[in-house]
Amino acid sequence: MPATQTDSSPPGGLEPAPRRPSAVRPGDRIFSGLSKGAGITLLVIMAAIAVFLSIRAAVAISANEGNFLTTFEWDANASPPYFGIAVLLFGTVVSSVIAMVLAVPVAVGIALFISHYAPRRVAGTLGYVVDLLAAVPSIIYGLWGALFLVPQMTGLYSWLDQFLGWTGIFAYDNTPARSLMTVGILLAIMILPIITSVTREIFKQTPKAHEEAALALGATRWEVIRMTVLPFGRSGVISASMLGLGRALGETMAVATVLSPAFLINISLLESGGGTFAQNIASQFKEAGSMGRDALIASGLVLFLLTLLVNGAARLIIARRKEFTS
Amino acid sequence: MAKRIDVTGLTAFYGTHRAIEGISMHVQPKSVTAFIGPSGCGKSTFLRTLNRMHEVTPGGRVEGQVMLDNEDLYGPGVDPVQVRRNIGMVFQRPNPFPTMSIYDNVVAGLKLNGKFSRAELDEVVEKNLRGANLWNEVKDRLHKPGSGLSGGQQQRLCIARATAVEPDVLLMDEPCSALDPISTLAIEDLISQLKSRFTIVIVTHNMQQAARVSERTAFFNLAAVGQPGKLIEIDTTDRIFSNPSVQATEDYISGRFG
Repeated sequence: MPATQTDSSPPGGLEPAPRRPSAVRPGDRIFSGLSKGAGITLLVIMAAIAVFLSIRAAVAISANEGNFLTTFEWDANASPPYFGIAVLLFGTVVSSVIAMVLAVPVAVGIALFISHYAPRRVAGTLGYVVDLLAAVPSIIYGLWGALFLVPQMTGLYSWLDQFLGWTGIFAYDNTPARSLMTVGILLAIMILPIITSVTREIFKQTPKAHEEAALALGATRWEVIRMTVLPFGRSGVISASMLGLGRALGETMAVATVLSPAFLINISLLESGGGTFAQNIASQFKEAGSMGRDALIASGLVLFLLTLLVNGAARLIIARRKEFTS
Repeated sequence: MAKRIDVTGLTAFYGTHRAIEGISMHVQPKSVTAFIGPSGCGKSTFLRTLNRMHEVTPGGRVEGQVMLDNEDLYGPGVDPVQVRRNIGMVFQRPNPFPTMSIYDNVVAGLKLNGKFSRAELDEVVEKNLRGANLWNEVKDRLHKPGSGLSGGQQQRLCIARATAVEPDVLLMDEPCSALDPISTLAIEDLISQLKSRFTIVIVTHNMQQAARVSERTAFFNLAAVGQPGKLIEIDTTDRIFSNPSVQATEDYISGRFG
């Protein structure tokens, strides 16, 4: 039901009642001031970041001799500077998409298992382990990825090459698997806990009344989930995925540790090389001169915009079916 | 098709706690049977044992026998899901599926049972919304969400959803307690109409309601808090309200406790 907010004006009020000055209590005023201040601070910080990024980026982009969007090279310290974000955009988007495709279904599965299938004690332990996984620092994931995951992947990749190599996307030449696919898999593992714990909490909040309604109609446990839990948790799953995607897009250390950076776009996801925005900034920032830094900031601005875009899209998806959510 | 229910020596547990104990009764087909009694006497629990919803609660367990015509609901190999498809239920708070349209709410149970053509579904929707006295109010907005209806309309939608699968029995757990008097009246009228098609069991806190809608009334009571609830007596509604055979029933009816 739509909430109507018509009560803020005094009742009957053509003539404003003189004896009722709106008595604002100090507690109300302080709290409203504090919360308003917090909201404004957030906006100011966002604006400050955007302004800073834009100004510095503009310097680099106007000096750039290459095409900022399509050039496949990063020679920002040369004079004149010559750089473009094509490789970084490709690498960031592809590795994040791989991570999402792998992580979201698994996360939803784990969340459903914890919230609706597992016996209470198992669910508690499993939930705890998942939360623990979220607390592991990303450099640890990076080390694990580089030292354990990379060598393990060669077998899988050879197998993929054997059956799907003809597509080009899964061609593999037996080099060390420091590729976007490995990065994607590692990112999937890293974002799995956050997506799982958020969706689990949402699924747990499914109203009992709705689940009982489905049960009373003769729904099996899976049908109860399909009729009530999933529709109820839908927007929550999208929000959780966006949190995960945000982390995947911006992940730095783990990617820098695993990926062997090279400014090229491989048709094959399994072969080494490529780069992401965050990884490129981290690996180049120290040696960059003034122009080099501005160029990196320009690439950071694109990452910033990319995240905004993704979040906006998610909000649109959620809003589209708002009418049907309680 | 309406069926009769025969309950013998039924005891229901929450973990080790006995919620109700030793209940035996017969429920006649195509009639309305009302359960009354003070809060906590186990009448809702008993209702939920009749379609095996009780065991959905963690720790919920049942001993005894419930026969639907000649079929033992708690017999070995009986699938509780199947039991619930044959015995519909309406809850205290209206609970249409918020993510579904009015139309989809009505056919939700049907869709669990298999594939139906659009025309068949249309027919079921119209028949059951008419049956729930809701058709004229919603026919122009069948594909709008059910959560946009008023409380009384939502409850009638839930009744339409329950009747759409043509159950043998319709269980109602205080279906009017969250509704205003006019919606309550609408539901009571509806119950009187529905009893020509279904066996109806209704739990109610409202004794006038029991007197208005039911042919037979069962009175439940408990000796003290923490004790299991028991069936005190079941008889025709006229007799329960005019000349009950147990003193406790008369005390309750006349408002001396509860």
